Amino acid sequence: MREGKLVFWLLFAPFAAWIALLIVIPHIDMLILSLREKVAPRVYETGFRNYADFAATWVYPWTLLRTVVFSIIATVLTFLIGFPVAYYIAKIAQGRTKAALFMLCLLPFWVSEIVRVFGWMLLLRETGLISNALQGLGLTSGPVELLYNDAAILIGLVYTSMLFMIVPLISTIDGMDDALVEAGYDLGGNGWTVMTRIVIPYAMPGIIAGSIVVFMLALGNYLTPTLLGGKSGQWFTAQIYSQFITRFNWELGSAFGFILLATSSALVWLLLRLSGQSLSNTLGR
Amino acid sequence: MDSLAADLECRNLIKRFGAFTAVDDVSFAIPKGSFFSILGPSGCGKTTLLRMMAGFARPDAGDILIKGASVLDTPPNRRPVNLVFQHLALFPMMTVAENIAYGLRRRGTRRAEIARAVAGVLERVGLADAGPKRIDQLSGGQKQRIAIARAMVLDPAVLLLDEPLGALDLKLREHMKIELKQLQHEFGTTFVYITHDQSEAMMMSDRVAVMNAGRFEQVGTPEELYFRPQTAFVAGFVGDANRLRAKVIAADGTGCKLATDQGLTLTAANPRSGAAELGGLFDIFIRPESIAVGVAAQDSTNRLEAVIEDVLFNGAQSRILARLPGGDVIEALLPQSGEAEPLRRGATVALGLGPAAVVSFAAAGA
Repeated sequence: MREGKLVFWLLFAPFAAWIALLIVIPHIDMLILSLREKVAPRVYETGFRNYADFAATWVYPWTLLRTVVFSIIATVLTFLIGFPVAYYIAKIAQGRTKAALFMLCLLPFWVSEIVRVFGWMLLLRETGLISNALQGLGLTSGPVELLYNDAAILIGLVYTSMLFMIVPLISTIDGMDDALVEAGYDLGGNGWTVMTRIVIPYAMPGIIAGSIVVFMLALGNYLTPTLLGGKSGQWFTAQIYSQFITRFNWELGSAFGFILLATSSALVWLLLRLSGQSLSNTLGR
Repeated sequence: MDSLAADLECRNLIKRFGAFTAVDDVSFAIPKGSFFSILGPSGCGKTTLLRMMAGFARPDAGDILIKGASVLDTPPNRRPVNLVFQHLALFPMMTVAENIAYGLRRRGTRRAEIARAVAGVLERVGLADAGPKRIDQLSGGQKQRIAIARAMVLDPAVLLLDEPLGALDLKLREHMKIELKQLQHEFGTTFVYITHDQSEAMMMSDRVAVMNAGRFEQVGTPEELYFRPQTAFVAGFVGDANRLRAKVIAADGTGCKLATDQGLTLTAANPRSGAAELGGLFDIFIRPESIAVGVAAQDSTNRLEAVIEDVLFNGAQSRILARLPGGDVIEALLPQSGEAEPLRRGATVALGLGPAAVVSFAAAGA
């Protein structure tokens, strides 16, 4: 019995250390920092002024709202593109094709995110591939700038998070007995009702798991919105970055960090409530 | 059979997968309200046949008629047949009531009417208060009944069942056989039941088709199949039988004499297939219960002295394994009297066989 406990603690220790050192302690530190008000040089009081500052300056809540809305749009787009792909790989493709297609989804993730984003910049910039092609075909008279707008950000976010939607979807759809689909037809359903009444409800844990991961990744992404969105990017993580690095206002930056954490937690909770799923049922699988 | 009286009729159905013919020129008609089974070993084509009836596979040739009208061009969701799947395929994300209501919703039935129909069918399968339950809260037998209720609520012309008892444990399976038969009787719907288990087919069915290698070997009542098999396959597949191979050594038109390589000679009725010509090779099937044992064997045409190899006690179904003088070993049912007492391993016993008990068919490839 005592030996069993020892084994448990030895196995648990690295995980506990990781959680404590990298997640819990820095967050406690940040929480304390965010509640510190600067009243005079090197004189601090405890209070909520940093949070009040966030609410008082319209650009901060507006950037947060924009970030949330675009992250939701990116999540929905990722689902709309990823679901047919996942369904095809899980149910229609067979044997080697299945493995090959799955590898193909994985392939972009063998290079780092920054290289992937630069790839998109090469395609979308004024002197890029698409702009040149459009000119070559005579569809436009001059170069077109496709970078530095919201659409470019969305393209980048969807591309970056696609795998995290497809993998949980494949694993849930793969587990579905084909007879359920046949039963759906046999009892009078058509393609649409079988999809919406049987396949999608069955895949719901996978859909929610994928959506949570993609939403969190998009919300907390810094690189993609900054590089593809340029100055008009206005992503909330960029605000946090500028408070910490440019303005050197760590107190406000910490408060922003906590606001982002609270927002994403609240939205994930809302998603789980609306879909009737539990966290253990979705991410725990 | 007149196709108007038949709920389901198949005419010369053929289905090929590449060079392999899964269903080979099968024709049959099932009269209204009967329990029809298709019995065959795995890989005989029975599942392919069922999938064609349900509409999930298209025959390469032939026609399927339901209530006299061809349904070849009717997709599965509009065919008046419903299928109870092998693993039932109940929708796990819906409650029992939602599962049953699914088909009615697709038809656009009114809400109040759906509620009434669901309650009605749950009552009939004896699970009146199961409506709000989740599927994983049901036992194996309850799931079975819900799967049937889900199909029957749509009032199909024919209910197809694809070995639905296969996943149940032995005891529950025995119980469900009786229950399925009663449910069929109560609903009065035509059931087409696919199985590889002969006891399921024999116990429940009005008529059974024995299928082998894509063809129907014989269609008949369970009694006909058991007592009057028309082919060697049916004789071997339906019920237990001792199987021997023998040559004709004498024939006189009313019967023949057959001899095995081991030197056993039997007087038999005329073969069921093939002419009893001298030297012809035949497969012999002898049912364990058609062998007289001990005193009862005295007046039999074929009287054999055998040595008991083993006694297999199983209550009323107890048997002996007896070695005949030539070396052939056959199984015989023990007589149901105290006489069984002296039958011990190593003892000598008299076995008797009437000519009619020796059922023979011309050996394939002989």
